[in-house]
Amino acid sequence: MLADTVRPFLAEQASVSHMRALRDADDRTGFSPELWKRFAELGLTGVLMDEVDGGLGLGHVEAGIVLEEIGRNLTPSPFLETAVGAVTTLKGGSATQRQAWLPRVLAGEAVGALAVDETARHRPERIGLHAERVGNGFRLLGEKRFVTYGHVANFLIVAARTAGSEHEPLGITLFLVESNVANLTAEADRLADASLAARVKFGGVQVSRDAVIGEIDLGFGILTATLSALRAGVSAELVGVGSHALAMTVGYLKQRKQFGRLIGSFQALQHRAAHLYAEMEVARAAVLKAQQLLDGKDERADQAVMVAKAMSGMASALAVQEGIQMHGGIGMTDEYDIGLYMKRQRVLAELFGDADYHANFLAKLAGY
Amino acid sequence: MSDLETFRQTTRAWLEANCPAEMRLPIRSEEDLVWGGRRAVYKEPAQKLWLDRMVAKGWTAPDWPERYGGGGLSPEETKILRNEMGRLGCRSPLSSFGLSTLGPTLLKYGTEEQKQEHLPKLLRGEILWCQGYSEPGAGSDLASLSTRAEDKGDHFLVSGQKIWTSDADKADWIFCLVRTDTSSKHSGISFLLFDMETPGVLTKPIKLISGASPFCETFFDNVKVPKKNLVGALNKGWDVAKYLLGHERESISGFGSGSGQLELGEMAKRTTGTEPDGRLDDPILRARVALFEVRAQAFSAVSERFVDELKHERAHPAQASVIKYFGTELNKQRHELMMDAGGSDALEWESERSRGGANVRAWLRTKANSIEGGTSEVQLNIIAKRILELPGV
Ligand SMILES: Cc1cc2nc3c(=O)[nH]c(=O)nc-3n(C[C@H](O)[C@H](O)[C@H](O)COP(=O)(O)OP(=O)(O)OC[C@H]3O[C@@H](n4cnc5c(N)ncnc54)[C@H](O)[C@@H]3O)c2cc1C
Ligand SMILES: Cc1cc2nc3c(=O)[nH]c(=O)nc-3n(C[C@H](O)[C@H](O)[C@H](O)COP(=O)(O)OP(=O)(O)OC[C@H]3O[C@@H](n4cnc5c(N)ncnc54)[C@H](O)[C@@H]3O)c2cc1C
Repeated sequence: MLADTVRPFLAEQASVSHMRALRDADDRTGFSPELWKRFAELGLTGVLMDEVDGGLGLGHVEAGIVLEEIGRNLTPSPFLETAVGAVTTLKGGSATQRQAWLPRVLAGEAVGALAVDETARHRPERIGLHAERVGNGFRLLGEKRFVTYGHVANFLIVAARTAGSEHEPLGITLFLVESNVANLTAEADRLADASLAARVKFGGVQVSRDAVIGEIDLGFGILTATLSALRAGVSAELVGVGSHALAMTVGYLKQRKQFGRLIGSFQALQHRAAHLYAEMEVARAAVLKAQQLLDGKDERADQAVMVAKAMSGMASALAVQEGIQMHGGIGMTDEYDIGLYMKRQRVLAELFGDADYHANFLAKLAGY
Repeated sequence: MSDLETFRQTTRAWLEANCPAEMRLPIRSEEDLVWGGRRAVYKEPAQKLWLDRMVAKGWTAPDWPERYGGGGLSPEETKILRNEMGRLGCRSPLSSFGLSTLGPTLLKYGTEEQKQEHLPKLLRGEILWCQGYSEPGAGSDLASLSTRAEDKGDHFLVSGQKIWTSDADKADWIFCLVRTDTSSKHSGISFLLFDMETPGVLTKPIKLISGASPFCETFFDNVKVPKKNLVGALNKGWDVAKYLLGHERESISGFGSGSGQLELGEMAKRTTGTEPDGRLDDPILRARVALFEVRAQAFSAVSERFVDELKHERAHPAQASVIKYFGTELNKQRHELMMDAGGSDALEWESERSRGGANVRAWLRTKANSIEGGTSEVQLNIIAKRILELPGV
């Protein structure tokens, strides 16, 4: 069982203290390359990679097991971006692209990142970054933001516009861009949870025709598949964050005494904890359902992923907020971990679309 | 092809050939449901035909053993049958409270004789059951019940009062909690079955805020109940009662799934109108509906998973409280939104157009979802104590 390997591995090597150590040292990499190597040794970098490419050939359920533990331990790791996002995109890439990058990803030597968002809210159907045809290749002009691990990635997957206007899905092309090319700069900003996300500037980046992933103008399909994989992954991570916040809170309720009683014996708190548990159970089931449908290549998968991302976002938000409140004053301190969970939840809830974005999309699909 | 795939295909073909077209239309009112019982009424012949055909296959209780008239299907096959029925829009041939609650309880706790006598009649819809649990002084604190059963050698003599007994005036038999020992609260309760036609049983309907009177006060005056009708051991009825409640909670939470109901978004579009781009012209209602739909779809994932775990005996017994709590609160939200989306149409109480005020009456009825079968507060207590293991006072 994958869980039997991943759980002790992350709990021992990458617990919250690991994250704190990186943060307190003002580390600008955002993760530990040594730890990433260990991910590779365990085969985790290849969890979604086909066996012919040297991967484990497993599915989103298994990737979700890893991400849930990452969430529980607040482990800084480019696993989502690389092993889930980049690997999924490369499934639609050329043989040359796969041969160039998959072995390096597998070995823990390369990090990939996805550059989609251009505004402060996730709007992948609105891509403006300009890819102009120049000779046999393209010239990229524009800016991407909220590119997690973008500043340390060895390659970027960039959604750009090769035709049409800003609001059309047609005319979007995906490019695989090496990060050391000329006219590309990636500036890392530290976020609330101490993780780093980049603003990536394309000041006329030249790429060849071979950089196109899939077909010109028809990148939206692969982008959607990649986003679904990423959203399912973030949802699993949110379940990990929320479950751990709940567990910490319940643990605290069983140990803190006020008014001569354990505070966990007060019904006002019991009911809130029980409500929260119910919300988390529903979120967990929604996430599992989405992963299973993705693995079964079911046509309802993308929709289930949106439900999962929205539901896990809402439930985990409640988990961290109630977590702070029920910890009382100690919950407000930096020394105590619960606040770190709240900050991480915020970032993940925004990543690849928040609950409102997905609910709105579902409404449109349903025609109202 | 796997066995399950073969089963799916033959099931689909059978349903297509045997489910009458009328039984594939969405359920619009209570009358569209078949309750069975000695005084069964059928709104149309197709209802009876559909019931008879399903009974013949054992599919009103697909996962019960064949020797009691069930279908003998595995959990996987049962799920396939339900999925296929859902796909074709087949109505449930029999709406029976006893089927989802008493049935599993008798399978677990009943004697062979009790199973032989009651299960086949239950799944054929011949006997309509009601539940005698609550009493005027014992609602949430159910174990404080006081209806007593005196041991008279070969029979019990039952006296006392029950309240909120759903369908007591229409039911044929009752499963009833009685006190057989006053020295202990929980270990002095027994679980009895008896015919509502036994002398000494009296029912009096209680009218609800929806205008309907689905439940009654039920009085017992020296009702003679044969000893063979005791389920489980004497004074050990609380275990039986709790097991049954677990199943009741599961079935009540299913109200939330809303099969055959008009989708909320569609309904709101009809009454509210749309913007030129096709969106609802009330953006706030639209957002509320959309966020509700996320929760509703997530809930269907959790109920599916719960049923699976239950069938494989992997579910924590208190997990039913999670489903009951979430599902019933969700169903209340659904009906609140339906009232908002329906506007003044939804307020009509008795016009032909409003099908006798179906919406508004359904809305009122759902307020009981978080009360019947144990209130939401009681479910939260159970989750806090039994799953989260929070300390007592
Ligand atoms: C930013 C900040 C500034 C502060 N400034 C000051 C200050 O200037 N001076 C000062 O004296 N103090 C100050 N405090 C302390 C503050 O008053 C306490 O944190 C607060 O009273 C709660 O106590 P506690 O932290 O011990 O939580 P606890 O009392 O341990 O409570 C933990 C949780 O249990 C709940 N709970 C406790 N008892 C019950 C009950 N009977 N029923 C239901 N729920 C219950 C609480 O609501 C809380 O959710 C400050 C705290 C913070 C966070
Ligand atoms: C439509 C409908 C059908 C029903 N059908 C049947 C039936 O067929 N057979 C049957 O036996 N019964 C039936 N019932 C009864 C139902 O089981 C009870 O109404 C229910 O258990 C609550 O009991 P009560 O009404 O006495 O409320 P009470 O127990 O008096 O509760 C009043 C309020 O106090 C709260 N409360 C009580 N105790 C606690 C506590 N410890 N902590 C926190 N809050 C608490 C409750 O949650 C509730 O909000 C039905 C009820 C309804 C509404």
